[in-house]
Formats: sequence, structure tokens, C-alpha cells
Amino acid sequence: MTQKNRLPKGGRINRQKELSFKYDGKNYIGYDGDTLASALLANDVHLVGRSFKYHRPRGIMSAGVEEPNALVQLETGEYGEPNTRATQLELYNNLTAKSQNCFPSVKYDIGAFNRLISRFIPAGFYYKTFMPNMKGWMFFEKFIRRTAGLGKSTGLPDPDHYARKTVYCDVLVAGGGPAGLVSALNAGKTGARVILMDEQNEMGGWGLTSPNMQIDGKKAIDWISDMLSKIAKLDNVQVVPRCSVIGYFDYNFLTAVERVTDHLGAGNGGSKPRQRFWRIRAKQVILAQGALERPMLFAENDKPGVMMSSSIRTYINRFGVLAGDNIVITTNNDTAYFSALDALNAGAKVTIIDIRKDLKSDLLEKVNEKGITVHKNSAIVNVKGAHRVKAVEMMKLSDDGKSCIGEKREISCNLVGMSSGWTPTVHLYSQARGKLKWDEQRTMFIPDSCQQNVQCVGGCNGTMDMSDTLNESAVSGVKAGKLSGNKSVSATKHKAVSHTEQPPRNLWIIPGEKPITRDRKHFHDFQNDATVTDILLAGREGYLSVEHLKRYTTTGMATDQGKTSNINALAIMAEYRGLTIPEVGTTTFRPPYSTTTIGAIAGEAVGELFEQDRRTPMDAWHKSHDAVYEPVGDWSRARYYPKNGEDMYEAVQRETLATRTSVGVMDGSTLGKIDIRGKDAGKFLDLVYTNVFSSLKSGFCRYGLMLNEHGMVWDDGVTARISENHYHMTTTTGGAGRVYEWLEELHQTEWPEMEVFITSVTEQYAVATLNGPNSAKVLSKICKDIDLDNEAFPFMTFRNGTISGIPATVYRISFTGELSYEINVPARYGLQLWQEIIKAGKEYDICPYGTETMHVLRAEKGFIIVGQDTDGTLTPMDLGMNWIVSKKKPDFIGKRSFARIDTSRQGRKQFVGLLTDDKNIILPEGAHIIESKSIEPHVNMLGHVTSSYMSPNCGHSIALALIEDGFNLKGKKVNVATIEGKVYSASVVDTVFFDKEGKRING
Amino acid sequence: MTKFNIFSLIKNSLSYHENWEQHWRSPEPKKEYDIVIVGGGGHGLATAYYLASEFGITNVAVLEKGWIGGGNTGRNTTIIRSNYMWDESAKIYEHSLKLFEGLSQELNYNIMFSQRGVLNLAHNVHDLQEMSRRGTAIKLNGIDTTFLNPEQIKEKVPLINLNGRYPILGGLFQPRAGSARHDAVAWGYARSADKLGVDIIQNCEVQGFDIKNGKVQGVKTTRGNIKTKKVGIVCAGHSSVIADMAGFNLPLETVPLQALVSEPIKPVLDTVVMSNAVHVYLSQSDKGELVIGAGTDEFVSYSQRGSFDVIEHIMPPIIELFPFTSRLRQLRQWGGMTDCTTDRSPIISKTPVDGIMINCGWGTGGFKATAGSGNVFASSLAKGEMHPIAQPFSIDRHYDGYLIDEAAAAGVAH
Ligand SMILES: Cc1cc2nc3c(=O)[nH]c(=O)nc-3n(C[C@H](O)[C@H](O)[C@H](O)COP(=O)(O)OP(=O)(O)OC[C@H]3O[C@@H](n4cnc5c(N)ncnc54)[C@H](O)[C@@H]3O)c2cc1C
Repeated sequence: MTQKNRLPKGGRINRQKELSFKYDGKNYIGYDGDTLASALLANDVHLVGRSFKYHRPRGIMSAGVEEPNALVQLETGEYGEPNTRATQLELYNNLTAKSQNCFPSVKYDIGAFNRLISRFIPAGFYYKTFMPNMKGWMFFEKFIRRTAGLGKSTGLPDPDHYARKTVYCDVLVAGGGPAGLVSALNAGKTGARVILMDEQNEMGGWGLTSPNMQIDGKKAIDWISDMLSKIAKLDNVQVVPRCSVIGYFDYNFLTAVERVTDHLGAGNGGSKPRQRFWRIRAKQVILAQGALERPMLFAENDKPGVMMSSSIRTYINRFGVLAGDNIVITTNNDTAYFSALDALNAGAKVTIIDIRKDLKSDLLEKVNEKGITVHKNSAIVNVKGAHRVKAVEMMKLSDDGKSCIGEKREISCNLVGMSSGWTPTVHLYSQARGKLKWDEQRTMFIPDSCQQNVQCVGGCNGTMDMSDTLNESAVSGVKAGKLSGNKSVSATKHKAVSHTEQPPRNLWIIPGEKPITRDRKHFHDFQNDATVTDILLAGREGYLSVEHLKRYTTTGMATDQGKTSNINALAIMAEYRGLTIPEVGTTTFRPPYSTTTIGAIAGEAVGELFEQDRRTPMDAWHKSHDAVYEPVGDWSRARYYPKNGEDMYEAVQRETLATRTSVGVMDGSTLGKIDIRGKDAGKFLDLVYTNVFSSLKSGFCRYGLMLNEHGMVWDDGVTARISENHYHMTTTTGGAGRVYEWLEELHQTEWPEMEVFITSVTEQYAVATLNGPNSAKVLSKICKDIDLDNEAFPFMTFRNGTISGIPATVYRISFTGELSYEINVPARYGLQLWQEIIKAGKEYDICPYGTETMHVLRAEKGFIIVGQDTDGTLTPMDLGMNWIVSKKKPDFIGKRSFARIDTSRQGRKQFVGLLTDDKNIILPEGAHIIESKSIEPHVNMLGHVTSSYMSPNCGHSIALALIEDGFNLKGKKVNVATIEGKVYSASVVDTVFFDKEGKRING
Repeated sequence: MTKFNIFSLIKNSLSYHENWEQHWRSPEPKKEYDIVIVGGGGHGLATAYYLASEFGITNVAVLEKGWIGGGNTGRNTTIIRSNYMWDESAKIYEHSLKLFEGLSQELNYNIMFSQRGVLNLAHNVHDLQEMSRRGTAIKLNGIDTTFLNPEQIKEKVPLINLNGRYPILGGLFQPRAGSARHDAVAWGYARSADKLGVDIIQNCEVQGFDIKNGKVQGVKTTRGNIKTKKVGIVCAGHSSVIADMAGFNLPLETVPLQALVSEPIKPVLDTVVMSNAVHVYLSQSDKGELVIGAGTDEFVSYSQRGSFDVIEHIMPPIIELFPFTSRLRQLRQWGGMTDCTTDRSPIISKTPVDGIMINCGWGTGGFKATAGSGNVFASSLAKGEMHPIAQPFSIDRHYDGYLIDEAAAAGVAH
């Protein structure tokens, strides 16, 4: 296989290493060092895709990140990836890629039908049609959705893994062209810790495109390696290739993504991550990202074979590829002449069409000498060829440049280069909220001022002369090093052979044969198929602001983020409105600078490492005893332990009964535990709980309710006073984190003067809760040093002791109404404790039970579960818990809200019990209490069922509910409607269903 | 006003689209208006439109400091639904949803509201309980909703991962919910309001009020003073700033909320999927981008951007729920300033200043309300009395405690 367009020598490719690849089903050969784009061009493949809207054939337009056209579907199966820019995709052996957005093939594409009707579908046409009615739109929308979108997602999980890295440095240099290299070297010499990043596979930037330029008496390409070896000698400078700096946030926080193993090919990364996401905090930033060439907006400028003039040069010098041997270059500035010369040297026939009128450039003589014809004051009015440029048609420009005049001439060619000036890559600067100013002479936005510690150098700063670039970069490098606290050194001095640029001619729209609205298409945003007439239409229809223009025409909204289209669009709108460009405004550049793999941003935090599945120290036992789990917050808790094929209902009935009959044990380790110390701890707790804790005696426990500022119940739990200045607080499992943060916030922002130390100790303790009439008997077998007698160890106190040699704190508190002990041991003894209890409990048929049984047991007693029976809209009074609200305390959080009209009114929703008429009916939780007997439209809703179970100890179903004016409804009947539309009758009762007198608490 | 349809499109095509009229004028402000609306977002424009179309009040100006739709209207993830739990919320959001259902036709501007449904996921027993409660309430309020089991969810959303870290136990689906084109909503209202005589004045920032004896007399703007006896403030993230100019406080805080999109791909997802437990909500736009909602920052800010950590923390959950997204690329991210009340319900209310009414506090979820909010606010401004649907949303509830606590009910609402 021949690589028709490969030059016999030159380029940064390794000709010893051939790589085979497949594109659209055909096999090709390229070289190591190629991108997919350069390899395709070497093989004379120009047609690589179809455009988004009109399905026009498109070719490779650039050689870098700005590429709008050459997006390919890379690989298939799990490694498949849509929308990959061929210009940034390094070739690897056996690479497989396909064109996108075309069917059945890129050559014969059904979607090209849209070209025929393109006249009827200008910008925003969809706002004007497809809307007979709701159904009609939904019908059209299906087709629209199918035709939209670019490539295809695999739909499969990603087999690759990604890494993340957080670094701090003195100086971050973004961009490794000549400017970046000099900046990094000089910053490095100050002793600063420097990171130099470039998105390409090697450093050098523009120097790789123009390797023969003379810098400091050397060829640019040799000068670059010289610089790199100087930099390599500095240990404090890290050079990271294949790494795009993509985000610039406040306080000099930047993000970057490094393509670590992409270039090795799908699945060849070994143990290395596919990409690495960098989070960088830099004291100083130097942006040296260069500038991007602008396309010229002549008719049919999107044909395959039309590319940026500098890209022609890049392909020649960097990849040894001459993309066409008969080239027309059209330009409004000098830079394109260098491309012409390099193309000529590479063996092409070259013609230049310069839109400028009087040209007195030394370049003109130079190219004329070499036999290149230059057509001055002329422009392309048409490009011929379907899948590849065949010829251009050219006419003279009128004096004002608004129209074309004279004879039309055809020039045959197979490649067109275009240049309409340069746009500094100010994206990151603008993300940093740097202000831009408009340079009218050179028609570019350049950096002006920024609050952050950032400098721009070289092309990025609008400095186009190489000597100037290098010297300003050197000075900036030293300055950044110094400002970040390092020593001062003198900046290196540089000299490059420069060329004095002749002024460009700014014709934003290249006129065609007909008035612009009637002419062929002049594209300005290639990927989104937006044309010059779209901008004019937007103007005509009143979409005048830049943002309206963007949104109405979709300019700049494609995956290239308008890198080649924004300035042209802005300029045309300015011209249309008769304003200057800065008067029309700039657009905002939003992160990321270039599109970024979502997996890379997520880093390692996926799969197993997504969010830790928290397990208690006793988990091994639960697992080996067939526990069924339930997720509670980020914990997995044992829900029940089925025996002999029981379902949940059967298991829970058994566990509930067994606990009240003899003894049950539950793993309560997940309960939130917060250690609170300090001389103001009591005072602090008095403010966060509704009741008093400062008066609690050491060794005693108290149940507390926490309210939010609206006076609504927010969390609950038992807190024990360990000693004078030391409390042990417990919270709900789900609320542990929330409460802890809330306490910290209160301490830090409201009462910083208090001496309190708040520490989360949830994971420091394992907790087993013994419940049931036989619990003391079981405990006494394994705990010899605590007197379990009711008088010696009364309810709501705690004791320290040992259990089978394990140091333990035993709390006599109860969430079941039974005689109960909550045993806390250091977490590492949790499993042992559990096993000891099970062993000791054997003779009493001890029953391990899970969260579901706990729910039933507490519901039998009418105890609330915060979050299930409450929803953030209930006061303690609504819950019938007036007793817990201190009347004496001057203040606590939520107190002031009790004075609100709504909070203090009668008839609020109140917490009551429900008994269904049919005692076997278990009401669904969430069912609603309604006013009428049947469900009618807009029926009045009075409340809802919060908890509902079959109670084996009561022998009937029980439910807890919130009902408007519930306390006054006690003894009355209500109707309960379910989501399925059934209505049940039930009576309102007290919330305590079992052991109303509370006798069982002492066994 | 040229009627938009396939015929006018063809007709104008034949004249090379040279004859389309402007969709709204750019008038100079008049000296005086009957009603001045401050804020040219969706809500402000809708208010102006309904004032003109339903109440015949056309001497109205909408003053926008930047470009219309440039606030949260042009920055949101465009989810429209009405499956709210509290009656008061259900009423206003359903009112809005109903208006949205006919809005393209009414405005003769395709706002692309498509009812591909919204699916809320349950990942634990608590979610299921909450869903059952909300579902029952929604049903009893006469709003469409169905409970889906995991298999039905998989059928609807084939690429979802049912058995991730937090397995999916079920979901609540509202078929009539969906998404719309946000810009088009602003533009459609603007165009119709303009044609009815409303002046839409862009680049006109309100900088103060002329208030005498507790009564509003006019507004001071960057384009001069404008007299008026009635002002409607609809400024979302800037509400508290404007309220300050009028001398009163608002019980809300402005925090940044962010969103992002992926590169466009062929259709993979029809419905909107939301999960509170895994912190995900996403949909796929007609253009093919996955539209992903991120969270709010915890600090107060008026700058239209948020912190990066909010963006990075949304990626693992997205991949967890939709593993295929890992190999897609993020295209763009942005932020808006959301005006959040403590109960996450809006404020549509009279204010301490006679003649000034305010409509704000829509926070992270007011796009869906654009039509309904504009409609009831127009009625309130026109009649001088709050529309019945708006009544519960008075400022006073933050003082008297009659909260409509959607925050407690659902966490972040979009
Ligand atoms: C990232 C994000 C995602 C969201 N997702 C959703 C979603 O999926 N579903 C949903 O329903 N909602 C969502 N929302 C919320 C929704 O966007 C807003 O609630 C809604 O758009 C508010 O509309 P508005 O017209 O009141 O505000 P805006 O559109 O913000 O309009 C207010 C206008 O007031 C102008 N203004 C301010 N000060 C002045 C002044 N002094 N003088 C003149 N004009 C002034 C502003 O420039 C602005 O144009 C989201 C919001 C964000 C930020």
C-alpha cells in the first residue's frame, strides 16, 4: 500500500515503524508519530465525515484541537468512543475508526437529502414549524432526535480505569511551544517548582510547524531540543506532554487531563490508567497556548480539501505529508505565504489568492521569485468538487470589498489553504475572569487585566513576532518565579529572524457571485453547519446580542466550542449592526477548554470505590447467618435473618415475638455517636436539644430531640453524661454526618466563644443491643463486674465494666420498651462481643433480629423514627412530646419558631395511631387519610400513614399516622386511600399499642 | 405578526429569508408605563405576555439589564414536571404544566416541550416510603403518576445500571413531564408580548426605585427614570439586591447551581432520570447532548459560576447509574444563581412597598413554573390582589411559619 501523499523525507514520524489501521473498512498504513488525520491525508483520504445538519461531505480542516469536521467513531465494542478528533488521535497499530453521521457510508449518505432542502431550513427553522399540536411535535421530535447527535455511544461499561492527581506548584506553564519552553526554563532557573504542560505528544508547538525558522542562530527544531535538554537539567521543572490544561477557576486552581495510555491503543495500557486528571493549585500561571488560525468565509469553504493554511504546513513539516500537490492558498495576511513556500519546497504547485489590494511585502517578491503566482485583490467565489476539491473559481474584489467584479476565473487544484488571521487562545485567561481588549489593527482580542496571578505570553498574548515572544516569555518566567517566592535571576535573551508583517485586510465575509443571502453557503461554524446568512438572519430577526446570536444560530455550541468560529461570527454581527466588535461584546468561554472524558474527571471513584459500602464489625456473622441487608444511608444493615425459607414477613413476625417473649439482640453499631467535651459542653447541648442536659448527673442518660430553626424535629437520640465536662451523644444512623456537621457549624459560627470539642466516634464503637425479659439473665452470664439489679443499675443510666474480658460501656436505655441493654465496646471487639452474646443467649433461644423487627418493636410502643414518622414539618408538640420541651430554658434552637402563628395554631397535623377495621389489613405506608369515603377528584387530604406493620405481640395490624387535628380525632373513624385507589376504614387511637403502662421496662 | 408555519417558512425561503420580521423590537423606554416588570427572564416575559393577552394591559415594559433569557432561564436543565407533594405546590406546577402543553401553539413559537416523562428513582426503603406518600398525594391531586418496578424501569431506560452501589428498587414516573427548549420559552413569550404592545427593553438595568409615602412612583434605570404605579420584580438570583433597593429584605439566599453537557451522541435516553440518593439527574437533549444537573455550592454568591468540586463530584454518580457515560466527553459546564428560600418554595407576594409585587425564590426548580408563575403573577398585578394559586406563597409565610416545605419533602428540586 502506498502512502500517496507522504513526502520522501522529513517530519517527526518514525518511518521505521509502520502501523496499519482501518478506516471505514479499508486498510491503510501510517507511521509511528502520525495522528489519524495525518495518516489519512498521507493516504490521500480527505472525505472523513458528514456535517451535522446538511450532511455535507467534510474533510480534515486543521491539525489540532480546533478541528470541527474530522470527528470519528473510534473502535467498537467496549472500547468504542464517539466524536474523537482525528487531528488529536495518535495513530497506533490496528486502530479502527469510522466516519460519523452518515448512512450507509460517508460517500453515499441518505441524510444528504437535507442538502436539497437546505434552503428551507435556515437557522432557527425549528422554532417556526413542527408544532401542529403536542402530539404532532412529539411525532416530529422522534425523527429530529434520530438525525441529531454525532457518534454513537457503546452503551457499555468502560473497561479502562482513570487516575486523579492533586498537585501544588509555584508556576504552571500551559503550552509547550517556544513561549512556554522559555517561560518554563526561566521560571525554573529561579528555583521555582514548575510544571509545563502541553496537549501534544511532544513539546515544541509552533516550532514543529515551522522547523526551519532561525532562533538564536539555530533551526527552530534544534533550538527546541536544546531548550528541552536545558529544562531537563532542572529537577524542579516537570514536563508533562499529552496533557491539556482545561479549566481555570478561582484562586489559581486549574484542571488538566493527561492522556497517559491512549496512544498505545485500546486495551494496551496495561496497569497504567488510560487518562489522569490533574487538579493543580499554582501560585503563578503562565498561559502560552498560542493562537488559532481563522478560516476565511468564502462560498463553499467547507469542501473536503479546504483546510487552514497553517495546517498544510504542519502536515508537511511535522508529519511529512503533502495533503495535495496542486494547492491554492487564500489569505488576508502574511502567515499563509510561509505555508505556500513550504508547500512549494515539498513539491507542490502553489497559487496564492490574496484579498489585499496593494501588497508590498518582501514575501511577495520571494514567492514570485520561486514562481508562485499571486492574485491580489481577489477572492474565491466558489469551490468545485463534491467529495474533494477539484478547482476554485476566483474573481476580483470591488474597492470596498463588498462585492466581486470582473471575469470569473477557474483554477484547478486539489487542496485549498485559507487564512483570515489569528485568534489568541485566551480561553483559559477568560475562564480566569481575565478581561480582554480588542486590538483593531490585528483584529484580535488580547488579554488586558486579571485579578488572578496569571501572565500570557506569545501568541496567547497576541505577540506574533518570535523575538518579542521569546523575550517576553523569558521575563514572564523570571517574574513568575520571583513572585512565587523564589530568587531573582536575569532573564535569558533570544533573537529570532523575524519578518515584518504587512497589515491584513479585514473582510469578514468574502463576497460571492450573488448577494450574500442568495449566494452559495459560506460556513463560519463548520461543525454546527452555521453560515454567514444564519448570522444575518439572526440579526434581521432581532437576535442581536452575542449570546442570542450563538443560541439562535448554534454558533460556537459544537464540540469545538467555536474555536474557529467565534470571532468571525462576532465580527459579522458587529458589521450588521454598524457597531465595533467590542461594542457587540465577547462571548464567555466556559470550561473545559477542550472536551474531557467523563471517566477521567470521576477518576478512581467508580465501581467498588464509588461510595464505600459501610459495614459493622459484626458483619461477618450476619453474612454467615444469611442476613438480608438493607441500605441505610451509606451503611448496609442486616434487615432480618430468614430461617428455613421464611420470607421477610414471616421472619419479622418470628423475631418480633421472640424478642418480647425471651430475648433478642440487634447490631446497633451504625447509630451515630458523637463525643462532646469541654467546660461548656452542657451549655452547648442545652442550646441544641429542646430539653436540659446541663443538669443531667454524671452516669445518667437522657433522650433528646433536636429541632431545626423552624422548630421542626430534625434528629433524636440518647445522650449520656460521662463526666462533668464530657458527654456521649447518639444520633440516628442516617443523621450522624448531618448532625455532626451542624454541631460544628453552630460552634464555629454561632457560639465560637464556647469551649466545646466535637468528635465523631461512630466507627470507634461496636454496639449490641439486648432486649427482652431475659436480657439481664443473658448479660449476667458474660458480665460479672456490673450489678444488673434494677436498683443498682436503674433505667437511663450507664455502667462501665467488662464483658468476657472486653472493656464495655453498658447503657440501660430502650427503643423497644423491654428491659434492655445497649452494650458499647471498642469496634475491634465487636464481632467477639456478638459471638459471646449469642453463645450466652443460647439457653434462652436468643434471637438475632434486624432493622425491620426493630421498626415493628418500636412501633408497638409508639416510638418515632425521625425521617420516617417525621418529615421536617413537625414540632415536638405535633408528636405529642410536649414533655420534652423545656419551659424553663431561655433559649434553644427552634424555640423562637414556636411563637409563629402557624407553629402554634390548633389543628396541625398530629401523630396518632391507627387501627384498621379489618385487623388483618396492613395499610401501605404513604397511604393518605382523606375526608370522603371514596376517592373523588380534589378530595381533601388530611394526612398520611407513616409506619405500618402486622404486630404479632398485639395480634393485629398497627399503624402510625400524621393527621390534621389528629389528637381530637381519637376514637373517631377515618378513611385511608392507597395509591392503587383502595379506601380502608380505620379508627384513630393512641400511639402506644403495647404495654401501655410501660411495665416491661424493668423486665 | 407573521404566522410561523411550514407555509411561511417555504414562502420566506423563496425570498431567501430576506423578509422575516424581527421577533421583537428594541424600543426606547417611554416616560411612563402602567406596569413595569423588572427582569427579562422567562417569568418576567411570561408575566408581561399574560398581562397583555389575558388582561388587556399592554402599556407594559420589561426591563432587562442584559439580554432576555440570559439569567437562569437560559442556564437551566429544562426539566418540567408537576409531581410535587404538597397541595399548594401541586396546584401551581400543574397549572404551569397545563399551560406548557399548549404553549407552542398559543405563542406560535415552537418551545419544543416534549413529554417524554420524568422518572424518579428509589434506592432504599426510605425512598420507597417517600415515593408511596408522594405518589398517593399526586394521584389524589389528579396528576398523572405511576409507580414502576425495576424491570419496568429497565425497559424504559435500557442503559441504566439497576444493581449498582445503591440498587434501584423502584421509581415514580410522570408521563406528562419532560423538557423544553429554554431559550425558546423566553423568545416565544417575548415575541408574542411584543406584538401585543409590550416594550421589551434590554441593556436596561434597574438601579433604584422612586418611592413616596410607601408607594412606588417609578424606577431608576441605566436608561433613565421611568414612571409607573405598579412594579413586578422577577429577578431570580438578583431578587434580594433589587428588594434592597426598594428597602425590604427577602427571606432567601442566592447560591450557585451548576450543570453540564456531554458531547452530542445518538439517542440513548428518552426520559429524564432523577435520583436523590445517588445525586443524579440527567436527560438527553434533542441535539443529542446528555444534560447533567450538578449541585449547589454551599456559599452565597452572585457570580454566575460555581466551584469545580461540585462538577467533579457529579461524575462518579453519573457513571454509577449509567456506566456507558464514562467514555463520553464533557463538552461544557456553566452555573446560574439560584434564589433559594428555606422551604424551597417560591415567593409570589405583595411587598412592604405599595405597588411593588415580587415573584422569586424559584431557586433550583422554577423553569417548569415559567408559564404558571407568569400567569398568576400577571393576574395578581392586574387585579392588585394575589391570585388564589399564588396566595399560599406570600413572603409572610417565612414569618408566620406557614411553610410549604418542599425541601423537607424532596431535597434538591429541579
Ligand atoms: C443549572 C440550573 C439548572 C436548573 N434546572 C432546572 C430544571 O431542570 N427545571 C426547572 O424547573 N428549573 C431549573 N432551574 C431553575 C430555573 O432556571 C429558574 O428557577 C428559572 O429559570 C427562573 O426564571 P426567572 O425568569 O425568574 O429568572 P431569570 O431567567 O434568572 O431572569 C431574571 C432576570 O432578571 C434580570 N435582572 C436582574 N437584576 C436586574 C436589574 N437590576 N434590572 C433589570 N433586570 C435585572 C437578569 O438579568 C435576568 O435576566 C435551574 C437553574 C439552574 C441555574
